[in-house]
Amino acid sequence: MSESAAGHTIGAYVPMIDGPEKVSGRARYTADFVAPGLLAGRIFRSPYSHAEILEVDVSAASRLPGVKAIVTGADCDKTFGVLPIARSEHPLAREKVRYRGEPVAAVAAIDDATAKHALGLIKLKVRELPAYYSSKQAMAAGASAIHVHRPNNIERDVLFELGSVEQGFREADLVREASYDCAEVCQNQMEMHAAVAHYDAERERMTVYASTQVPYYVHLMLAQILDMDMSRIRVIKPHVGGGFGCRTEALNVELIAALLARKAGGSVRLMINREETFITHRGRPQTDIRLKLGMRKDGRITAVECECYQRGGAHSGYGIVTILYSGSMLYAIYDLHNVKYIGKRVLTNTPPCGAFRGHGTVDIRFAFESLLDEMASELELDPLAVRRANYLTAPTFTDNDLMVNSYGLPQCVDWVEQASGWRARKGKLPKGKGLGFACSHYISGASKPVNWTGEPHATVKIKLDFDGSIVVLSGAADIGQGSSTILVQTVGEVLGLPLSRIRIITGDSEVVPKDNGSYSSRVTFMVGNAAIDAAQNLKRVLVAAAARKLEANPEEIECLGELYRAGAQDKGLTFNEVVTEALKDSGTITVTGNYSTIPQSHGGKKYRGAAIGGTMGYSYSAQVVEVSVDEETGVVNVDKVWVAHDCGKALNRLSVEGQVQGSVWMGMGQAMSEETAYHEGLLVTGNMLDYRVPTIEDSPPIEVGIIESNDPHGPFGAKEAGEGSLAAFLPALTNAIADAIGVRFNTLPVTPDRVFAALEKRRRARNGSAGNASHADPR
Amino acid sequence: MILETARMARILELVLNGRRRFDAVPDNLLLLDYLREVVGLTGTKTGCDGGECGACTVLVDDQPRLSCLTLAAGVNGQCVDTVESLAQDGRLSAVQRGFHEKLGSQCGYCTPGFIMASAGLLRRNPRPSDQDIRAALGSNICRCTGYVKIIEAVQYAAELHAGGVAP
Repeated sequence: MSESAAGHTIGAYVPMIDGPEKVSGRARYTADFVAPGLLAGRIFRSPYSHAEILEVDVSAASRLPGVKAIVTGADCDKTFGVLPIARSEHPLAREKVRYRGEPVAAVAAIDDATAKHALGLIKLKVRELPAYYSSKQAMAAGASAIHVHRPNNIERDVLFELGSVEQGFREADLVREASYDCAEVCQNQMEMHAAVAHYDAERERMTVYASTQVPYYVHLMLAQILDMDMSRIRVIKPHVGGGFGCRTEALNVELIAALLARKAGGSVRLMINREETFITHRGRPQTDIRLKLGMRKDGRITAVECECYQRGGAHSGYGIVTILYSGSMLYAIYDLHNVKYIGKRVLTNTPPCGAFRGHGTVDIRFAFESLLDEMASELELDPLAVRRANYLTAPTFTDNDLMVNSYGLPQCVDWVEQASGWRARKGKLPKGKGLGFACSHYISGASKPVNWTGEPHATVKIKLDFDGSIVVLSGAADIGQGSSTILVQTVGEVLGLPLSRIRIITGDSEVVPKDNGSYSSRVTFMVGNAAIDAAQNLKRVLVAAAARKLEANPEEIECLGELYRAGAQDKGLTFNEVVTEALKDSGTITVTGNYSTIPQSHGGKKYRGAAIGGTMGYSYSAQVVEVSVDEETGVVNVDKVWVAHDCGKALNRLSVEGQVQGSVWMGMGQAMSEETAYHEGLLVTGNMLDYRVPTIEDSPPIEVGIIESNDPHGPFGAKEAGEGSLAAFLPALTNAIADAIGVRFNTLPVTPDRVFAALEKRRRARNGSAGNASHADPR
Repeated sequence: MILETARMARILELVLNGRRRFDAVPDNLLLLDYLREVVGLTGTKTGCDGGECGACTVLVDDQPRLSCLTLAAGVNGQCVDTVESLAQDGRLSAVQRGFHEKLGSQCGYCTPGFIMASAGLLRRNPRPSDQDIRAALGSNICRCTGYVKIIEAVQYAAELHAGGVAP
């Protein structure tokens, strides 16, 4: 471990503190809590896309020996949902089913075979209703409403114009418009969803183990669904096998497990399989974008008009926030003034979408950076020069009131230009090879939490006792992104203590302070700052104790981590001696640290929902992607990626590299192979062979440049590192393909069959009458 | 249900993580479920509905095998090693150390499968090239790392192994 003697690890390469558990098989995930007497849960799902429920007959199933409980929509009339303004989902469908695979009933039995058998005995009688599988169908005149309170099947309509696009387009030398179609994608995290619920019927208490990113939301929704007082509920988050956004909402899995456990008066383990995990979904919506840009000859963008339709699925989920992000995050990367955004979030009879890494920003960024590249080419400008002509100057506020304090995008662009040999190699590669470039950005946590309660954004506790060990208590969910490691490093840095002295407890509502959760890349920024505050408060207590013992003023005390002294000549006190002195006042020491965002970061009020997009700090990313295209087969190989990410300050370089590489690669999956496909609402890609995830053999070397813009509010200057680099990959790839073969793909994913079809079309056009086939239209 | 399957049970004899065991197992019990649910070795993970992701990889007589596609009864008389077997005297093995120190593991869920596939590789090929590593891990899916640091982890493990640390 690269840790200096004084315990300072910020900026070093530090392996994860829970690494030994993960590599030895000792790390326990929800499904690993095997215990004697656990009942096995299974879910009966709707085979219909849209239907009125006439009867759910569970009589035969409930007579099967070994069945301990069956729950249906009749057992729970409460609704849940992540946004307080849009909670319209039942854990088990009532009155209607709205997508194929929606839970209708669930069984708890003495073993899985019995539970499975019982599902086969459940009879569902329905009256089928017309179903809609695309935004266009669902919005068509005369379409019947999927939810009564949304008669046009539009969950949210967003419209704003800041400045004047008409004026902006008049000032442009070149105006271009293009349409983009991005397939729906799913997080497909390695751990399938699971929950273990223990109901203590004697005390009327519920304990739920959940594979979640936000234990607090699970707690809130359990209370709502079970109609139980929150104080009777305990939520435990064990190790979590990835999330990427799908677990930022309480899912029906943990709610159904709890309903079963209460009805059975016992303990239920509900493990859903990979296909069901896909159906539970909460991925990125299929998105249609129409984008029109105005540009001057020097590359300056004069106007942006963007229209965006998201196929949101059967329930609201995060939808309102997603469609707002897509508009607000047009800003904060370039200096834009005349912007019009039209966004529609549409309800359809497909599994509900949610927040997927890069929430709301990715597909829009794909469109934007693609069109910039195309226009640069038409104006014979270097794509990098176009970005350079549009930089922001920090600190600033954007036209939609987003606060930008640190802005490392120029350094990111410079870094990838150098590292990739852009100037020497662009346009000079052999036939079939190409280089593409693009930028992206992301927030470091939403400045206003989803559940606004007036509390600080983050709270951390530290406990110090007679043994001299520091115990950090945090509700922040480590889901593999390494947040616990960052918090331990942060506390160690402030106190100058080695990591070996510091432990962290997370993920148990009975012990740790509430946390708003691991979403929108908030933990390092918000909880990191709270951890600094807590550690500083602890340090004050220790310095005061040392001063008293050394008969000096607190200002004279020098804290060297393991040594506290009054001046360089003083032999001082060991850390344990200081602790002993400090405990005389209060016994066991507990301190609290808080962090609250500043109101200037909360976004604006210029349109409804303008707070979405507000953050304390934006990360920035630039990427160069090098590809080889096999024109005979249509296979695209990514040879290399250079990515520079402005994370403010790398608190842990190993972790930043890992997060950035993972983001880039996840963007690659979306760009090249991943797509959830449905046949009349039936998921036909519910496995990892048909939902094609890149393997190690498909994946390129990814060289990471860390750019440190030192954000004035970030913990030690840090901003987010885990999301901002995803989006740039998609357009950098298609820009590289355009460079390699002269064909531009506006439909994702760019699969070999689409490339092949586009090349065939061009071959035919060249052989036949002259035609311009520079745009692929593979659908 | 339970009684019906139990009639079709047989005695399984194997060496699991270096220890001889006898268990009565139903004929249709998967090796994966035997390890996790019967023995309680939950280090081996389930990541898919059968043969798609590699998370359940274990070694059977030193060869990587997907335990979700293997019947427990089918390993009768063989040696099965899971991720729990690798540490020696409480210290991490070369592959484990590589995945830990080089951040080949983020969420950690695919890690036992990757580690066992890598340990199998190093047992038969102590000095693998990059291409050997990619080929050996081609049927394991990781959703966090982008694989870059997994390759570095295995390269580092090979170095440690060359220095005498067991894979």
